[in-house]
Amino acid sequence: MAPRTLFEKVWDAHQVQAETADTPAVLYIDLHLVHEVTSPQAFSELRARGLGVRRPERTLATMDHSTPTLPSGADGRWPFADPQAAAQVQRLEQNCADFGVELHPLGSPRQGIVHVMGPELGATQPGMTVVCGDSHTATHGAFGALAFGIGTSEVGHVLASQCLLQRRPRTLAVKVDGTLRGGVTAKDLVLAIIARLGVGGGTGHVLEYLGPAVRALSMEARMTLCNMSIEAGARAGMVAPDDTTFQWLAGRSRVPSGAAWDAAVARWRSLPSDPGARYDREMALDASALEPMITWGTNPGQGIAVTGRVPDPAAEKEAAARASAEAALRYMGLRPGQAIAGQPVQVVFVGSCTNGRIEDLRAAAQVLRGRKVQTRTLVVPGSMAVKKLAEAEGLDRVVREAGAEWREPGCSMCIGMNGDVIAAGQYCVSTSNRNFEGRQGQGGRTLLASPYTAAASAVAGAVADPRPLLEGR
Amino acid sequence: MNPIRVIESRTVVLPRENVDTDQIIPARFLKTTSKEGLGRSLFADWRYDSAGTPRPEFVLNQPATQGCQVLVAGDNFGCGSSREHAPWALVDFGIRAVISTSVADIFRNNALKNGLVPVVVDAAAHQKLLSAPGAPVRIDLESRTVTLPDGSRASFPIDGFARYCLMNGVDELGFLLSQGEAIDRFERSR
Ligand code: SF4
Repeated sequence: MAPRTLFEKVWDAHQVQAETADTPAVLYIDLHLVHEVTSPQAFSELRARGLGVRRPERTLATMDHSTPTLPSGADGRWPFADPQAAAQVQRLEQNCADFGVELHPLGSPRQGIVHVMGPELGATQPGMTVVCGDSHTATHGAFGALAFGIGTSEVGHVLASQCLLQRRPRTLAVKVDGTLRGGVTAKDLVLAIIARLGVGGGTGHVLEYLGPAVRALSMEARMTLCNMSIEAGARAGMVAPDDTTFQWLAGRSRVPSGAAWDAAVARWRSLPSDPGARYDREMALDASALEPMITWGTNPGQGIAVTGRVPDPAAEKEAAARASAEAALRYMGLRPGQAIAGQPVQVVFVGSCTNGRIEDLRAAAQVLRGRKVQTRTLVVPGSMAVKKLAEAEGLDRVVREAGAEWREPGCSMCIGMNGDVIAAGQYCVSTSNRNFEGRQGQGGRTLLASPYTAAASAVAGAVADPRPLLEGR
Repeated sequence: MNPIRVIESRTVVLPRENVDTDQIIPARFLKTTSKEGLGRSLFADWRYDSAGTPRPEFVLNQPATQGCQVLVAGDNFGCGSSREHAPWALVDFGIRAVISTSVADIFRNNALKNGLVPVVVDAAAHQKLLSAPGAPVRIDLESRTVTLPDGSRASFPIDGFARYCLMNGVDELGFLLSQGEAIDRFERSR
């Protein structure tokens, strides 16, 4: 057989029907994650057609977007932002009960952002196909799964048939040589990749991250990397599974144990791309040359080193790109040529499916320990499990003593649906994934960065390079 | 879904690149459990000021664009989230086709399932459309072409199956459910 890529192996193993000129492939889905925002209309469609969920055991739900991050009151009631949010969450409970879907509801020990929860349970495994009505499903590609976001109609398709109609995407190898330097993280790496590729550069492609710098990343860091593949327009990003992957997964509740585990690992070892496998496109990057990154504009491709200067739109050759950079600067209220470091900020957000895992909170705490924040600072664990672990390590105390807020798990200020928002005109250094206009609140201005950079900016009250604050720590 | 063969309308031009789904419909409007009425929130933060008053300078608020069913936008339209609320809002508002030089993957899939036709044309054709706001266009799915303001025609690619579904009002779920036996066989074989 001709050498195949990781993507091709996973794709081939899930084709119920191969694609033809006239029809797309019928692709089997191993794991379907569900949350409250993109599922209600899909369940309604099932009801309208008298259909059930074909494989409830392959379906797993939680609530994260509309959920409050302040604790429930003495009466056990949650402080929902508005009745609509409460109704949406209640609807998910009803739907899961009616259709027999496992749900990890608000307050339960496994609740969390859907892309944090799935891997934690061991539900996401190498070689699987994983979908969710959420574009950051790309996160799960860190395990060597083919994972991508779908719309609500497709959520209905998967619920009813456990399959999707899909055209085979093309592949793009992102080869990262060298070693990330101190204070430079997977978040900086992916921001640099998107700055290079552009926000539409990955459209139609599945990215595979390769090379020694990727091999050296922890699973948490690989999830951060794959998570933002969508921000380059790619629906999925993948990292081939290896010992790091297997060690991380071993013992989790949904992975097999004993002989079945050994057999699974043996199978997973055959997944990495074969030598000589061909990609439709390739790009290369040197990790050693990277510095902490931060965005200055209104899409995730508009990023620069934290030591850099805001670019001048006049330098853009293409009219459309120039217009878009000008619009971004106008919205952001930044000046061409100004140093980004030192730009005052009013809010810092550490959390989200990009950077809300334990390593991210440890990174933020490493900077915050024994210091005080100058901004409103929210630290929001990605899941209940992350929160518990962080509290066992005393990170909540570090955060609180620095003057920052320690919250309950959820999407929170990444999307601002639950009332955690920034005010119009405010600047927020955020560890989330999107700096779109108004993403964190109407008129709010988002600068995307790593947990180190976010925490350092909280301490400085302005955009700051975290490296000096990490010395000796 | 109603079959679609031809869309004839004047265009409304929004000459911005990377129009993302948070602009098409901001997240605060996603707390609904239905698909109805989302057109009100289409481009909410561009259409209305913070007091909820329409901004007269925004193109969709101008009298000349009322009733236009074809939106011409900049490159990489619909990037960002997987929210199907974006095409639901566009369709509810009355938009039936979006023309750009590229359309984000998930948005395109979502659009097609809601009878919103994504039309991707080359830069030259795009330029003609951008520079003639309000021009009448005719999008023909049969011939996969769009007539441009100067009378010439540009072809656009569209997946054969998606085109078949649009032209015949077929929905994909029906097709998937008809594959039940093959899915059973696949499940047994693993
Ligand atoms: S944390 Fe943000 S990006 Fe991730 S699932 Fe929640 S809203 Fe989406």
